[in-house]
Amino acid sequence: MEDKILLAHGSGGKLARDLITKNFVSALDNPLLAQMDDSAVFDVKHRLAFTTDSYVVNPIFFPGGDIGKLAVCGTVNDLATSGARPLYLSLALIIEEGLPLNDLKQVIDSIKITSDEAGVKIVTGDTKVVNRGSADKLFINTSGIGIIPEGINISGSNAKPGDKIILSGTIGDHGIAVLSKREGIAFSTNLESDCAPLAGLVADMLKASRNIHSLRDPTRGGLATTLNEFAEQSKVGIRIEETKIPVRDEVMGACEMLGFDPLYVANEGKLVAIVAREDAEKILKAMRKHRYGKDAVIIGEVIADHPGRVVMKTVLGSSRIVDMLVGDLLPRIC
Amino acid sequence: MKYITEFRNNELAQGLIKDIRRKSKRKVRFMEFCGGHTVAIFKYGIRQALPLTVNLISGPGCPVCVTATADIDKAIALALLPDVIITSFGDMLRVPGSRSSLQQTRATGADVRVVYSTLDALKIARENPGRPVVFIGVGFETTAPTIAVSVLQAREQGIKNYRVLSLHKLCPPVIKTILDAGEVKLDGLICPGHVSAITGSNAWEFVARDYGIPCVVSGFEPADILQCVDMLIGQSEKHESKVEIAYKRGVTPEGNQQAQKIMQQVFETCAAKWRGMGEVPDSGLKLRQEFAGYDAEVVFNIKPEPAIEPKGCLCGEILRGVKTPVDCSLFREICTPENPIGPCMVSSEGSCSAFYQYGDESGR
Repeated sequence: MEDKILLAHGSGGKLARDLITKNFVSALDNPLLAQMDDSAVFDVKHRLAFTTDSYVVNPIFFPGGDIGKLAVCGTVNDLATSGARPLYLSLALIIEEGLPLNDLKQVIDSIKITSDEAGVKIVTGDTKVVNRGSADKLFINTSGIGIIPEGINISGSNAKPGDKIILSGTIGDHGIAVLSKREGIAFSTNLESDCAPLAGLVADMLKASRNIHSLRDPTRGGLATTLNEFAEQSKVGIRIEETKIPVRDEVMGACEMLGFDPLYVANEGKLVAIVAREDAEKILKAMRKHRYGKDAVIIGEVIADHPGRVVMKTVLGSSRIVDMLVGDLLPRIC
Repeated sequence: MKYITEFRNNELAQGLIKDIRRKSKRKVRFMEFCGGHTVAIFKYGIRQALPLTVNLISGPGCPVCVTATADIDKAIALALLPDVIITSFGDMLRVPGSRSSLQQTRATGADVRVVYSTLDALKIARENPGRPVVFIGVGFETTAPTIAVSVLQAREQGIKNYRVLSLHKLCPPVIKTILDAGEVKLDGLICPGHVSAITGSNAWEFVARDYGIPCVVSGFEPADILQCVDMLIGQSEKHESKVEIAYKRGVTPEGNQQAQKIMQQVFETCAAKWRGMGEVPDSGLKLRQEFAGYDAEVVFNIKPEPAIEPKGCLCGEILRGVKTPVDCSLFREICTPENPIGPCMVSSEGSCSAFYQYGDESGR
């Protein structure tokens, strides 16, 4: 019979200890974690960035990734877009009783691969198992600490009129890839999630220029929501061009079918940068050399007009408001 | 051919806009019947691209929006019955009834589930044989055939606990009602694309013939809509009125006869209540006597309390094309997508939602 996670795996007893040492500590192998003390203890002598996020994606395996990869990328990207170099992550698992042990191993493997790629270490963790039905297969929380190099000041409130807006690649890939496997909607597509750790890309951008004013990864709520957040926080207007925004055919097709707008669909491996006009080309060039920024484009600019509002020039040359996402994305009915 | 990008081509669109500007002499008012068109018109800024001689007004073509408050109350009353599972398309959940919405009813413990197709509703019925599973059937001619098929499948597969609350509406009768009322003077009708894919463009012949109004069936991409407007102006400038198709990749004069047949097999027409328009004869669909066992109205005989319409909400007038969302004192102030008062703010195809999301202050 297939090995499954039992309630006892979360009890703190022998079974729990075996699960942790055999599957987590050895797989995620690093000295801080291996100490097995109540806290990871370390020295840091820099400005710090600290963030947390919980991951409840359904299904836990999707084309291009899984909940483990997502849990590393999401938190790493929140650190990276603050201008920080990610150092350490915590990893807390809430497991539904009955989860196949192999599924868990697969998730831990992808946490290992992704954290290695991102250059972060998992230094502390926790495991809980709850009764069947009290969680859906597996929930993960990760918190992360990163160090911010001297002289870097990136914030959603730093955008200035004249700045250029760079998008690192196609939008909507993650949201549509996950939806394509969701029960009740399932459709077949070759599309994969864009889920990726962006710390390396951000480091390359900062090497090209320190004149990066705002950075954010447009996850839930999509590109439209991120741009609105910038406009609101910086009290500036934003103007973008529809024809400049890259959208894969598969994403566009699925959006047509489901009644979604790609501008609002989630990404997990993209970033939006607001940068000083004079350095925009330099930063763009650096981005295009990186595997996660090869499709980067300038999609618009920051203006003094209509503060707090995002306006898009449509394919027809007309302009329209791009608002924040309201409520859930709902399917069309006719 | 991918059927999307070609019709979002800027050059093609600019050519059509130029042609429209050249042809358009007299002031005209065209109604886009369908909510899908309203959204596309706003999303692509089509109103701005048109000359000031061309005025587009939105019609009643949003199935969620035209569902009467009393019918939403009925769905909520069904949700509150013991053991009942309500299945519905997503948009319906947030539409306010007199006292509550399906979403609020779900929060109090009712079993209300969002499905993406009637096949999912049938699956839920199969998996819960001891509980009545009611599908809230909302939609026009586009949706009705799929619900008819689900009833036929339920019968074939012996699924005895599947029920349909049929709130379906038919489009041609309501256009007739609007034209007969004479509140809005129309110089052309942008006929719905997906509805016409089922009914065929022939369904609009009476508008051209009896009312002398040019009719053109349109698709949903910018080039489709611009071509449609171009053709309407062509007719209107020549004082012609006929039915044309600017959406030939989806629509024929006869329509989808297989779908029509299945619809007629399961449903018969009946009078239906429309928000803002009251009862319109022969504009609804109810299950035929033969399928009464699947009809939630027959099986449960629900009689909710009289409906209370939201005070100050202009959804009714907006659906008739008499008012626009910016005329409504609740719009943007009290009625927002997060806190909708009327259905036109809820549905992704509602005029108020489209104005709110994409429009500027002038509503253009």
